[in-house]
Amino acid sequence: MDMVNIKINGMPLSVPKGSTVLEAARLAGIKIPTLCYLKEINEIGACRICMVEVKGARSLVTACVYPVNEGMEVFTNTPKVLEARRINLELVLSTHRKDCLSCVRSGNCELLQLCREYGVEDLHRFDGEMNEYELDTSAAHMVRDNSKCILCRRCAAVCAKNQGVGVIGPNERGFKTEIGCAFEEDLGKTTCVACGQCITVCPTGALYEKDATDKVRAAIADPEKVVLVQTAPSVRATLGECFGLPIGTDVEGKMVAALRRLGFDKVFDTDLAADFTIVEEANELVERVQNGGVLPMITSCSPGWVKYCEHYFPEMLPHLSSCKSPQQMFGALAKTWYAEKNGIDPKKIVSVSVMPCTAKKFELARNDQKAAGVPDVDISLTTRELARMIQRAGLDFVNLPDEDFDDPMGESTGAAVIFGATGGVMEAALRTAVETITGEELKTVEFTEVRGTEGIKEATYNVGGLEVNVAVASGTANAKKVLEMVKSGEKNYTFIEVMCCPGGCVNGGGQPQQPASVRNFVDLKALRAKALYDNDANKPVRKSHENPSLKKIYEEYFDGKPGSHKAHEVLHTTYVARNRF
Amino acid sequence: MYRSHVLVCGGTGCTSSGSAHIVEALETEIKKAGLENEVKVIKTGCFGLCALGPIMIIYPEGAFYSRVTPEDIPEVVAEHLVKGRIVTRLLYDETVHKDEILSLGETQFYKKQHRVALKNCGVIDPENINEYIAYDGYQALGKVLTEMTPADVIQLVKDSGLRGRGGAGFPTGLKWSFAAASENDQKYVCCNADEGDPGAFMDRSVLEGDPHVVIEAMAIAGYAIGANQGYIYVRAEYPIAVKRLQIAIGQAREAGLLGENILGTGFNFNLDLRLGAGAFVCGEETALMTSIEGHRGEPRPRPPFPAVKGLFGKPSVLNNVETYANIPQIILKGADWFRSMGTEKSPGTKVFALGGKIHNTGLVEVPMGTTLREIIEEIGGGIPNGKKFKAAQTGGPSGGCIPASHMDIKIDYDNLLEIGSMMGSGGMIVMDEDTCMVDIAKFFLEFTVDESCGKCVPCRIGTKRLYEILDRITKGKGEMEDIQRLKDLSKFIKENSLCGLGQTAPNPVLSTLHFFEDEYIAHIKDKTCPAGVCKDLLHYSIIAEKCKGCTLCARACPAGAISGELKNPHKIDPHKCVKCGACMEKCRFGAIVKK
Repeated sequence: MDMVNIKINGMPLSVPKGSTVLEAARLAGIKIPTLCYLKEINEIGACRICMVEVKGARSLVTACVYPVNEGMEVFTNTPKVLEARRINLELVLSTHRKDCLSCVRSGNCELLQLCREYGVEDLHRFDGEMNEYELDTSAAHMVRDNSKCILCRRCAAVCAKNQGVGVIGPNERGFKTEIGCAFEEDLGKTTCVACGQCITVCPTGALYEKDATDKVRAAIADPEKVVLVQTAPSVRATLGECFGLPIGTDVEGKMVAALRRLGFDKVFDTDLAADFTIVEEANELVERVQNGGVLPMITSCSPGWVKYCEHYFPEMLPHLSSCKSPQQMFGALAKTWYAEKNGIDPKKIVSVSVMPCTAKKFELARNDQKAAGVPDVDISLTTRELARMIQRAGLDFVNLPDEDFDDPMGESTGAAVIFGATGGVMEAALRTAVETITGEELKTVEFTEVRGTEGIKEATYNVGGLEVNVAVASGTANAKKVLEMVKSGEKNYTFIEVMCCPGGCVNGGGQPQQPASVRNFVDLKALRAKALYDNDANKPVRKSHENPSLKKIYEEYFDGKPGSHKAHEVLHTTYVARNRF
Repeated sequence: MYRSHVLVCGGTGCTSSGSAHIVEALETEIKKAGLENEVKVIKTGCFGLCALGPIMIIYPEGAFYSRVTPEDIPEVVAEHLVKGRIVTRLLYDETVHKDEILSLGETQFYKKQHRVALKNCGVIDPENINEYIAYDGYQALGKVLTEMTPADVIQLVKDSGLRGRGGAGFPTGLKWSFAAASENDQKYVCCNADEGDPGAFMDRSVLEGDPHVVIEAMAIAGYAIGANQGYIYVRAEYPIAVKRLQIAIGQAREAGLLGENILGTGFNFNLDLRLGAGAFVCGEETALMTSIEGHRGEPRPRPPFPAVKGLFGKPSVLNNVETYANIPQIILKGADWFRSMGTEKSPGTKVFALGGKIHNTGLVEVPMGTTLREIIEEIGGGIPNGKKFKAAQTGGPSGGCIPASHMDIKIDYDNLLEIGSMMGSGGMIVMDEDTCMVDIAKFFLEFTVDESCGKCVPCRIGTKRLYEILDRITKGKGEMEDIQRLKDLSKFIKENSLCGLGQTAPNPVLSTLHFFEDEYIAHIKDKTCPAGVCKDLLHYSIIAEKCKGCTLCARACPAGAISGELKNPHKIDPHKCVKCGACMEKCRFGAIVKK
């Protein structure tokens, strides 16, 4: 690798050619603050917080995008630099609604952290006119509060670049600039796919999910209600971050203990429904292959992806598997099979989910998601909301004992738990499909070709003499590329897994917010996914079709086999073409 | 062959004062007189003396008629064109000296001018490529394509010392050499015709009066750096310029001077227009390119510089209209010729748009190094109404003011920078003693606040706060700490902004603070505006001894703030007074004063 020699704060350093000053400083153990910068997707040099002095330069330069060159001398800590950063923060504060005490981001606000680090003392030094904004509460899943927006544009960058959606961006200009939708349209009326990626990258409290924790608490307090909770696979891999645990810590046991202490009547696992998804989906795939159905078949467990497909590729809807998502399958099973078995009126059941996702809030209100005549799922919380509930209940999360999910809907397999990482559904489906088709037991259950955090992965497997081409895409911008290759005939896939969020659910829009200082230097997706793959490796049962609870429920309720008429009534759904404009 | 040519200015200035009606009237009258085969009427570009429009010159006599109305035309045709008698009453008064009629070049306004960039403006019919060609047009392109290598062209431009006429004065040849050195299968040549400085209109003038010069120069630049595609980014508010560019591009294509295999040399160069929506920031090179790409016009961080990664991510060169207008002549006449004009570090000429409190408003082109005094007192004809010169603002909202004490400054890039101003695109706004310098700084800040794209913090919020501080000072609500606050904030904005707009936005504040700090202090401490401009600090009162009690003022007052009986001294109620000044205008006895 070509290296260049530079000096940072007088310290000689050899760094790879093409590095930015920010990256070079990091190698020297110096953290330069950033706000707008997101590696590869938002290198716009807009916030000007990362300014450093470079010997010979006319003015300060932006470390985030400024490349190093031979002999360069950088100073990151001079009085001039520190004063510039402080004035910058004071200016930002002069336009920021400083409701820090009641802000949802109190405690992990990147702006607040920088104000502390750079010694902002006078909050009102540059007080002046402030813009008036109305909250945008039009979307099912989230709120935009521009009075806290610092115009870093990270939200617009993930929306456009990672998701290929691009429904938000700057409107107006100058002091009146605000982030919003084209023509100031409400977010809820756009093609927003509800992925919530914008929320996870927002440095302040300008974007947040619609909080449903009060509703959950009220349901728990209501003696008439039976409150069931399910937790998605990836939540166990991330919840610990909200309590200071390292990224990638699997906290399944503590999570279960916390939910039980919050007062849920039953603590179940979405993973059971994930196993159902695999069995139903594998069956659907085999049927499509054998009966000349529409191929490639595409997964439908990611509601953000489904909404994207409905808006942007309505002609591809016949490719979507008709399986409900695991969240909805779980809710449907809870209010049909579980309710009947336990003699509970489904109307009395409050079905709560904890999801890595904000699109789930949108999904639960979709049509054709009422297997028992009442909504399959009543309330969907994000990982962040659960963390808030745990904090408010005064639970010492880190020191909780590890507990097990309740029976019978807490039983799951390793195949289900890897749903939370991109490629996981594909791998789980292959474990079941290969055994179903060949009738032989797999020697090894790992399909490593579809693992990893790349946006698009491809593999070809020989299944009982049949060549199966698969593709895995995460991030809807990547999904778009794959779909276009399918449409043009360039690729001939049998089965495609699509996850709306880059890296899959571990990086979902409902997951804990990590500051850009972490995001830019650590592969969050890989660290969190590792927790899931480790969990899988330690499971006694690793194939969905071998889940004992699942087998029992099929026997009792679904005529003993996937794809039955009853299974279609309860576990499958339909889609609608949605407008693009 | 025609025996007479009537040149009517068809630039924006004269068009807005009605030159189209002059042309119509001329055509009607000439036809009536049966002279249509003897006299030719031509709509040209701008002559520069916009204050006297509509302007018309009749050759071969060279009679320079100013402020012509359609009603004058029958007389002009009957007298001048039929009988050969010049209509003296319509001549520009400076061309009439005793009984003699002077040539234009002998008048104060034109005497010190040296027209290079504006060479053909007002001379040729901009809608006819043959007229451009008759004035050596496309010869430079021919020479470049047949006799010079790209490296020769760049060396020649470098040797000429030509610097960018759009703002910062970056050496043009050097810029071209960077783009030439960037290897890529696709490169672009761009022209910044998004003239945005308030009051500056030299680029418009070139586009309207001599559009082919830009096309020719861009093709030359394309050859020099290895680009086969150019874009002219022109403001949509310049409809005449847009139309003439479209005509010119069409004619050049037809003549084989644009397109494939130009002049049979194998060189291909295509040119397209892109219309800007009038955002000031789109004059910044990266914002301009972002806008051409179809995105919101916002600057991008540099590096990478456009020469490496510009339009559509490809190596690109961007120059403004006036810079290009110099290129063909440099090619034809050589670097030494160009260097024979101007100063050592700023060779050549510069066009200024003279405006504000000055007699001859309009466009003037002078060699670099001409003093401010020469421009204002001689070419501009001085300050009207016997007022005193106070300062001149150069460089528009990015520049600064030059006070009377620096009137002998030789104007070039470096001297202007040294005193805290800049060349910018060449706007020059003259201010007299009735101008409040705090108010001027506020005016320019209001402009930059309005035009900030909103991308970076220092410009988006910083300029707004600067403006607010200035605003409260002009309203008598300032405090002495505000002066330091202005200085600190200005320094921060200059050093931390993303692009040139923000980096130069505080200049008007800093330069007025530097030269006129006492005015700021008067506003803050004494709550007075020495120039009598800032309304909130003005108090109108009646001097009882001078007041005759005529009641005129009371009747003129729209707010009913003046009371008093006939033939007795009147009084102004300061609580009711709206400070409109109507009373003062009406008073015949000088009894009303404002302080």
